[in-house]
Amino acid sequence: MDLAKHWRLRHARYRLEGQRNRLTGEVRFPPAPLHPGEAEDTWEPYVLSGRGRVYSFSIVRQPPEGFEDQPPYLVALVRLDEGPMVTAQLTDCDLDQAAIDMPVEMVTRRLRDLGPTGLIVYGYKFRPIMQM
Amino acid sequence: MRHVYIIGTGATAVGEHWERGAASLAIEALTGALGTIPASRLGALYVASALSGTLHAQSQIGALIATAAGIPGVEAVTVEAGGASGGVALRQACMAVASGAVDLAAVVGVEKVTDVLDARREAALALATDADWEAIQGITLTALWALLMRRYMHEYGYIADDFAPFPINAHANGVANPHAMYRFAITADKVRSAPMVAEPLGLLDCSTAADGAAAVVIASEGLARELCASPVRIAGSAVATDTLALHSRPNPLWLAAAAQTTTAALRSAHLTHGDVQVFDVTDPHGITAALALESSGFVERGTAVALAREGALTPKGRLPLATGGGCKARGDTVGANGVYQIVELVAQLRGHAGAAQVDGARVALAQCMGGIGATVATHILTLD
Repeated sequence: MDLAKHWRLRHARYRLEGQRNRLTGEVRFPPAPLHPGEAEDTWEPYVLSGRGRVYSFSIVRQPPEGFEDQPPYLVALVRLDEGPMVTAQLTDCDLDQAAIDMPVEMVTRRLRDLGPTGLIVYGYKFRPIMQM
Repeated sequence: MRHVYIIGTGATAVGEHWERGAASLAIEALTGALGTIPASRLGALYVASALSGTLHAQSQIGALIATAAGIPGVEAVTVEAGGASGGVALRQACMAVASGAVDLAAVVGVEKVTDVLDARREAALALATDADWEAIQGITLTALWALLMRRYMHEYGYIADDFAPFPINAHANGVANPHAMYRFAITADKVRSAPMVAEPLGLLDCSTAADGAAAVVIASEGLARELCASPVRIAGSAVATDTLALHSRPNPLWLAAAAQTTTAALRSAHLTHGDVQVFDVTDPHGITAALALESSGFVERGTAVALAREGALTPKGRLPLATGGGCKARGDTVGANGVYQIVELVAQLRGHAGAAQVDGARVALAQCMGGIGATVATHILTLD
């Protein structure tokens, strides 16, 4: 179930592929359709570095359906180095380790399991960058 | 455009109505709003419901309620705009009456949320976020507000305890509201010691989703004078949108659609910010109300929480808020909240708000929002 719905987002979900404006250089994520009147070649695919900093975060303790096996889990807004902000879970991170401005990097993880007859949906999460 | 008036209001108690479905709740509210006016005189029916399609597995709830009201055949439509559904439906009714297309219309907000378990309800509420880029991560509306609260604390130097005046005020006012779900006061200690729902939001700074229906009947000026001794004018009405996903906004702490609709509604009412004497905004959490008041231009950025601490939100304060208990104490009826707001503010303007009455209130502002302000509806109510 829901195969096409997740499949068509694979480039963005698996490798953080957004778009770059050929004229202004602006980078955006997630990718979006052309606005009415925008020229066909205004935006080109652009893979983001996957690095950024935590803008803010919270801990989900009352999960929505489909995430009942995961709480407590960290969710965050991450400001990516290229400018866009992205909503994602933090992973490989203790609950008390998360902090505003913490440097993070993208990793691919299981987002949710749609059950015996459905997909296992994978996508990006973010983890703290190891301090050398 | 013609002037538009509210001539009747009705509402059910908010709570867990195990024995009743959406139509039953809606009809109780509509019957109260109509009073002695026959339902057959309605030219149109606007039904607001955020979750009916998802949770009751029933679409076309406009036709369902028209039938239950004994007026099949009437023009009816269901409006879905998340938590802004009630305000958006009211705006549709205002435009219908103002344009002259209809002389008498009803707006019914109805939500029936207790037929499903918590996780399913959270998922339904999270549909108001961006499904592909927010909800798929397991984030909830509560968690989105929580991370805005944390950022707000970080930028302006507050701690979580500073937000307690919002739920304390809501509960204090809910005592006087016969429709409210929680008619008892709470203390700062209780708020502080409540278990966490989504850090830094604790249980007593989170509204409870509940069943309920509210209705208003609106009329053209001529009909209002004929049918009602104390009509309340809808002097300003505006709806605007923002990006569905919070992460797409230049400044997540700024609710642009709240700003835009407040400006537009005040302008059409020929009023300014200083004229508004009583407020009701979507306030499932203190941070939500704080950002709404700041973005709408009633207080400076970063100051709403400090003003709340100084008592500004109480019925005697500078910014009387949630005089019917707000989402927190009235109970959070999601798509119906925008209509409950109108019912409670009409009571204020008529001087019927009991212990939560704001002395001499003649101008009120109702603002409801869907998701994190992706849709906002703002209305200004006045006494002529």
